[in-house]
Amino acid sequence: MDILPLGQRPPVLDMTNVTKTFNGNVVALRDMNLSVNSGDFISLLGPSGCGKSTALRLIAGLSSPSAGRITWAGGQSENDLGVVFQEPTLMPWATVAQNVWLPFRLKGKSYSSVKDDILEALRLVGLEKFLEAYPRELSGGMKMRVSIARAMVTKPRLILMDEPFAALDEITRFRLNNDLLQLKAKIGCTVIFVTHSVFESVFLSDRIVVMAARPGRVIREVTVDAPYPRSEEFRTSPEYAALCRRASDALHEAMGEAA
Amino acid sequence: MSIAENQPLYDAEDLKRLRAARFERFGKWLLPVAVLIAMIWLWDRVVVWNEIPHFILPRPGLVLETLIKDWPMLFDALLVTLQITMMALAVAVIGGVGLAVLFTQSRLVEMSFYPYAVIMQVTPVVAIAPLIFIYVDSRTAGLLLCAWLVAFFPVLANTTLGLNSADHNLRDLFRIYGATRWQTLRYLRLPSALPYFLGGLRIAGGLALIGAVVAEYVAGTGGIGSGLAFRILEAGYRLNIPRMFAALILIALTGVIIFAGLSFLSHMLLRKWHESAVKRES
Repeated sequence: MDILPLGQRPPVLDMTNVTKTFNGNVVALRDMNLSVNSGDFISLLGPSGCGKSTALRLIAGLSSPSAGRITWAGGQSENDLGVVFQEPTLMPWATVAQNVWLPFRLKGKSYSSVKDDILEALRLVGLEKFLEAYPRELSGGMKMRVSIARAMVTKPRLILMDEPFAALDEITRFRLNNDLLQLKAKIGCTVIFVTHSVFESVFLSDRIVVMAARPGRVIREVTVDAPYPRSEEFRTSPEYAALCRRASDALHEAMGEAA
Repeated sequence: MSIAENQPLYDAEDLKRLRAARFERFGKWLLPVAVLIAMIWLWDRVVVWNEIPHFILPRPGLVLETLIKDWPMLFDALLVTLQITMMALAVAVIGGVGLAVLFTQSRLVEMSFYPYAVIMQVTPVVAIAPLIFIYVDSRTAGLLLCAWLVAFFPVLANTTLGLNSADHNLRDLFRIYGATRWQTLRYLRLPSALPYFLGGLRIAGGLALIGAVVAEYVAGTGGIGSGLAFRILEAGYRLNIPRMFAALILIALTGVIIFAGLSFLSHMLLRKWHESAVKRES
């Protein structure tokens, strides 16, 4: 699926001066502005406590901003979001197919009516042979793939990923990074990806939003203008190293300011 | 030394583990049976050596004889006790799960009623039973109420815990997808609570039997339709000690069978996904 160049993409969501405080005085996020456009792969990069998970929860509607606005282009719809957490968060009593069925099921759709979508999503993550398996029979990486399949099965306008690969080993993590990019190329989804890995954020995203802690806020946005598809070779290219340096400098700035 | 390919290689550790596993497999059954046989033999010998009369302590053989001879009467009594136990268990499940669901749906209800559920649980049933039989006319209803009082709390407590232990991220996910209260209960909270509920059910099974037996003691009325506990009382009055033992054995066996049955049910429901029921390799 073709994705328009940055700057020409239609808007999906706008955060305007979003602030979130807890108990009146703890500022988790201050004056965050972010425009998410269709086809963007945005990484929220920053140290612990910089409000990246808070930002994600606000977008997900799990809590509401203390000040500021979050507006969906064209208004909110039934199918705005897919979410992937740090843990696979599967229902252990349900099979892989039933887990992927969940978003549809909660909208009242029968299994048979969406079976093709479920199969397609599982095929995209390479698990079409594990329909009837239970989560406990899968490896950590496979569980995460099921979780990703569940997030994208309804083809939502925006997929939120909260450090989805942080708990995986390096080899699995690299493989899932590659697979995620392939997946994105195929279905052209819009992603906000929370991470504290500079390397991961540069490899995956076209926009990196660098955040600082105490109070959580956006410090800078780094544009990664390397073209997709990005392969394993990109990881070892001088261009990648330079981009990592830029993101890393911004992160240092963020940490320095925070300290 | 090189290792030949495709040749299974067991080192000393493996062999030790295999031996331990084999011992575990047989020991689990053989050892209790051996203890049982030894105890029965010892019992028999104690009676013979000390020349104890059978109306004080009968020999095991006499107990078995009585069990067979009195079987029609004891079996009828067993059915009565079993009926009360099962009915109490069923009502405990309905009441316990129903109340637990209500508790988790409304904090107001939980705050209002939970202390009373605890009070009902900690007050010994023997102390309440006489009052129950004063106010409740139907004997069966009285017995049922007593047995239910003891059996329902573990179901309530465990199910409440289970309903509240649903994964937080999954709860968030359900919220994000706009799940209704009913959907969250049906697809998330109830399945999460299942292992906890089944644990409570196993305890409740034993307690329902205890409740039924205790209530029969308190009720103390005999005649047709009386249960095992009354048969024990009655045999006690008549110094028919062998029959007391025979009835006692039946009660104990019933308890074991209820526990085994509920354990089996639990295993069948959880075997595919829950850690407690999944066999581990190694």
